[in-house]
Amino acid sequence: MAIIERPAPTLPAIVTPTTTYGVLKRPVSATGWRSWVFTVDHKKLGIMYGATAMFFFIVGGVEALLIRLQLAAPNGKVLNADLYNQMFTMHATTMVFLFVMPMAAGFANYFVPLQIGARDVAFPRLNAFGFWAFLFGGIFLNMAWFLGGAADGGWFMYAPNSGPVFSPTNGVDFWALGLQITGIASLTGAINLIITVLNMRAPGMSLMRMPIFTWMITVVQFLLLFAVPVITVALFLLSFQRNFGAQFFDVAAGADPLLWQHLFWIFGHPEVYILILPSFGIVSEVLPVFSRKPLFGYPFVVFSGAAIGFVGWGVWAHHMFASGLGPVSVAVFSLTTMAIAVPTGVKIINWTLTMWGGKLWFTTAMKFAIGLIVLFTVGGLSGVTHAVAPSDTQQTDTYYIVAHFHYVLFGGAVLGIFSGFYYWWPKVFGKMLNEKLGSWNFWLMVIGLNLTFGPMHILGLQGQPRRMYQWTEARAGEGFFNFAFWNLVASIGSFILAVGILLFLINVVITARNPQKAPLDPWNARSLEWMTTNPPKEHNFDVIPTVHHLDDFFHQKYEEDATTHIMTQVRTAEEIMAEQERNAEKHIHMPSPSYWPIVLAFGLPVITFGLIYSHLISVIGGVIVLFAAYGWALESSTAPDSDFENNSPGSGLDKVTANHD
Amino acid sequence: MTDVIHGHASSTGISNVKLGMWAFLGSECLLFGGLISTYMLYRGRVTGGPRPSQIFDIPFTSVSSFVLLMSSLTMVLAVSAAHKDDDRKINLWLTVTALLGATFVGGQVYEFTAFYKEGLGFSTSLFGSSFYTLTGFHGVHVTVGIIMLMSLVGILKRSSVPGKKAEVVEMIGLYWHFVDIVWIIIFTLVYLIPV
Amino acid sequence: MTTNTADTTHEKQHGMSDAGYIRIAIILAAITGLEVSTYYVDFGVLFLPALLIMMVIKFVMVVSYFMHLKFDNKMFSFLFYAGLVLAVGVYAAFLATFKFFIQ
Ligand code: HEM
Ligand SMILES: [Cu+2]
Repeated sequence: MAIIERPAPTLPAIVTPTTTYGVLKRPVSATGWRSWVFTVDHKKLGIMYGATAMFFFIVGGVEALLIRLQLAAPNGKVLNADLYNQMFTMHATTMVFLFVMPMAAGFANYFVPLQIGARDVAFPRLNAFGFWAFLFGGIFLNMAWFLGGAADGGWFMYAPNSGPVFSPTNGVDFWALGLQITGIASLTGAINLIITVLNMRAPGMSLMRMPIFTWMITVVQFLLLFAVPVITVALFLLSFQRNFGAQFFDVAAGADPLLWQHLFWIFGHPEVYILILPSFGIVSEVLPVFSRKPLFGYPFVVFSGAAIGFVGWGVWAHHMFASGLGPVSVAVFSLTTMAIAVPTGVKIINWTLTMWGGKLWFTTAMKFAIGLIVLFTVGGLSGVTHAVAPSDTQQTDTYYIVAHFHYVLFGGAVLGIFSGFYYWWPKVFGKMLNEKLGSWNFWLMVIGLNLTFGPMHILGLQGQPRRMYQWTEARAGEGFFNFAFWNLVASIGSFILAVGILLFLINVVITARNPQKAPLDPWNARSLEWMTTNPPKEHNFDVIPTVHHLDDFFHQKYEEDATTHIMTQVRTAEEIMAEQERNAEKHIHMPSPSYWPIVLAFGLPVITFGLIYSHLISVIGGVIVLFAAYGWALESSTAPDSDFENNSPGSGLDKVTANHD
Repeated sequence: MTDVIHGHASSTGISNVKLGMWAFLGSECLLFGGLISTYMLYRGRVTGGPRPSQIFDIPFTSVSSFVLLMSSLTMVLAVSAAHKDDDRKINLWLTVTALLGATFVGGQVYEFTAFYKEGLGFSTSLFGSSFYTLTGFHGVHVTVGIIMLMSLVGILKRSSVPGKKAEVVEMIGLYWHFVDIVWIIIFTLVYLIPV
Repeated sequence: MTTNTADTTHEKQHGMSDAGYIRIAIILAAITGLEVSTYYVDFGVLFLPALLIMMVIKFVMVVSYFMHLKFDNKMFSFLFYAGLVLAVGVYAAFLATFKFFIQ
C-alpha cells in the first residue's frame, strides 16, 4: 500500500470557543484533567467508560479468585461464611453492572456515532452525566465494604434474604440504592443512543445499511429502556421495606415473596441479552473483516437480534421453575425458553457460514471471535437443558447453573469484549496491540476458562450446591466424580485465567510505550468508523459521509467487476482520507464542555448516602441536584455561535448570520 | 457568508429532544406498570387497618381527578400559545396549570392525612404500603412537573431559554399530560373498582 | 427567533385549534362524569367493562390530541406505544402467574 502524502489542512476544520458563558463561565480547556472531567465528547467518554469498567473487572476478578481459593480444598478457611456471601454477591453485581454493561456502553459510545457517520451523540451532556452516574454509583456500591459489610443476598437478592433479619448490615441498602444510580446511568444512556441512531445517521445510512454492531447496540438500548424501570420498581420496594417499614415481602403480613422474583427476572432475563448482544455485535464486525467476506445473511442477523430482544420479554419465569409457579406457568415459560434458542442458533449459523470459504486471517481479534462462537454454543446448550423444567429442578441452585452462565457470560460476552479490544485498539489509541502477546492472552484465557467452568458441570450434576461457603470431604464422592479433584482443577483454572487477563494488561502497557503508530486501515476494514484518522479527530469526520452501501467504506475501496464479480481495489484508505481533508467542512461547532453533568451526578450518591445515614445529607444532595439541573437547563448544549467568533479562523470574514437552535 | 455546522444536529429534521422525551415516556410506562401491578396484587391483602372501600372518599377524589384532567387542557393551551409566540398567554396558562397541579397535590396531602388518621399507615398492611407507594410516586411526578412549570415561568420572565421556546413548553407539556394519563388509570383501577 | 412561516406550518402540524382542545376537554369531562356515576348507579355486569373502556378512551384521547401523537411523526408513536404495549403484556402475564384474573 502506497502511503499518499497528505496535504496539510490549511484551516482547522473545527473551531473551539476560548471563552463562553452559561450560568457560569463554561469550561473550555482542551488539554489536562479538565478536558476529561468536563468533556462531553463521546470518544473521550467511551474511553472513560472502558477504563473504569476495566478497573471494576479487576475488582470483580479478585473477588472471584478469593471464592475459588476458598473452594479449592475441603473446609476452606480463606473466608468465613459471612464474608463468602458478600464475596459472591458483590462479584456478580460488579461483573454484571460495573464491568460488562459499562464496557458495552463504552464501546457503544465510542463506535455508534462513528459507525453511523455522526459527529457526536444526540445529547452530549446527558452522555457525560451517564458516565459519572455510573462511576459514582459503582463507588457507592462498593463503599459498603468499609461501612459494616457489603450486600450478601446473592446478585438476585431474593426475599426474605434481603430483609433486615438475614441481612442486618447496610450492605443491601447500599446495593439497592447503588443500583438505582447505575440504573439512571443506563436509562439516560439508552435514550441517548436510541435517539442518536434514529435521528443522526449520515445521509444514505438507512437502517438496513447500519453496521451490525450498531444494530445490536440499538436492540440493547431498547432492552435497557424498558427493563431498567422494572428493576427500579423492585429496588424501590426493597428500599421502602428496609428503610420505611413497608411490607412488600413480609410473608407474615400476607405478602408474596414471588413478587420480588418476578420483578427481578422480568428485568433479569432481558438483562442477560443486554450483556451478550453487544458482544454478538462485535464478533459480527470482526468475523467478516478477518474472513474477507461480507457477513453471511445480514438481514437474518439483524432480525434474529431483534427477535431475541423481543422474545426475551416472555421467558423470565424460567429462573423460577423451582419456586412453585404452578404447572401452567412452568409449561408456558419452558416452551418460550426453548423458542428463544432458535434466533440464537440462527446467529451461530450465520457466523459459521461467514467464515465458510473465507480467507481466514487468524489475528487475536479473530481468535477471540471464534472462541466466542464455540464457547457460547456450549453455554447455549446447557441453557437448553434447563429450559426443560423437570431437568432444571435437578440443576437449579447447583454448580451446573454456575457453569452455564459462565460459559455464556465469560465464553460469550467477555471474549467478545476482548475481540473488540484487539480489533479497535488501533482506532482508539492509534497503536496496534502486540499480536504475539495477544495470542498468549487468548490461549491462556480460553484454557483457563474451560478448566474453571467445565468441571462445574460435573460438580453441579453431582449435587454441589452453589453459594455454599465450604464443602466437606464426607460428601465428596468417589472416583471420576470426586469433588476434591474437580474443585481443585477449577481453582487452578481460575488462576490461569487470571494470568491470561494479566497478559492483556501488560500488552496495554507495552503498546502504550511502543512509539510505532498503527497504519490507517490495518485490517482492511469495512465500516465507517475506519474512514477517519486513528484516533479520530474531535469532530470525527472532515466531511459527513454519504452512504451508498452496507459496508460503505469497503465499497469505496473496492469495486466489483460486472461479469466476474471479483472485487478489485480501486482506492486506498489513505486516498479516501486525503480527499476528505481536501473537502473538509469548516466552522464545525462541536458541543461544548460543561460542569453540570458531573455535579448533577455527584448529587445522586449524596442523596442515597443520606437515605441510609441521615436525611439531612439527602437534603444537601437534593440541593446539589436542583442547582445543577438549573445550571444545565440555562446553558445550551453548544456554546452560542458568538462565543466561537474571536477564535474562528479568518474571523471577521465569517460573521455568523444564521441563528441555529 | 458561512454556515455553521453543529456537531450533534439531527439529520432527519425531527427534534432530538422530542424523540428523547417520548422514549422516556415509553420507559415510564414500565415504571408505573410495575407499581400499578404491585398495587393490584396487594390491594385486597389487609391483615390490619381499613380496607380500600372503607376509606376511599370517591366524591373528593373525583373532584381532584377532575382538576388534574383540566390542567391538561390549560397545559395544551400554553403549548398552543407558545407556537403562536404569545408570551402573555404562555405565562398565563403555565401558571394556571401549575396552580391546578398544586391543587391536586394539596388534595393528595389532605387525603393521605385523612387516611392516616383513619388508621392506614405505610406499614399497616400490604394495601397501605402499595397504595402509598403508587400514589406517592405519582404525586412526586406531579410535584416535579409543578417545579418545572414554575421554573419555566420564572426563566421566561427573566431571559430567554436556550433552544426553542415553543419546544421547551411542548416538552414540559408532554410530561404533564403523561402524568395526567397515569392518573386516569389510577383513578379507575384504584378508586372506582371497589375491593 | 422563529419566523412567520414556521407559525403557519405549526398550525397545520398540530391540526387543532384552541376551540378544538376545549371540545376535547368537554368530552373528557363528560366521560369522567359518567365514570363517577358508576359509584352512585348500579351498572350490573356492565360495570367493569364500561369503566375499563371509558378509561381507555380517555387515555387515548389525551395521548392523541393533547399530546398530538395522532398528528405527529410515527416515530414518536412507536417509542411510546412500544413501551405501553410491552408494559400491558408483561404485567398482565405477571399478574396471570398469580392467578389474578381467575380469583
Ligand atoms: C440458548 C439460550 C439460553 C437458554 C435456553 C437459557 C436458559 C437458562 C435457564 C432456564 C436458566 C435458569 C436456570 C436455573 O436457575 O435453574 C438460566 C440461567 C442463567 N442464564 Fe441462561 N439461557 C440462555 C442464554 C443465556 C445468555 C445469553 C446469558 C447471558 C449472557 C445467560 C445468562 C444466564 C444467567 C446469568 C443465569 C443464572 C442466573 C442466576 O441464577 O444467577 N443465559 N439460563
Ligand atoms: Cu433467563
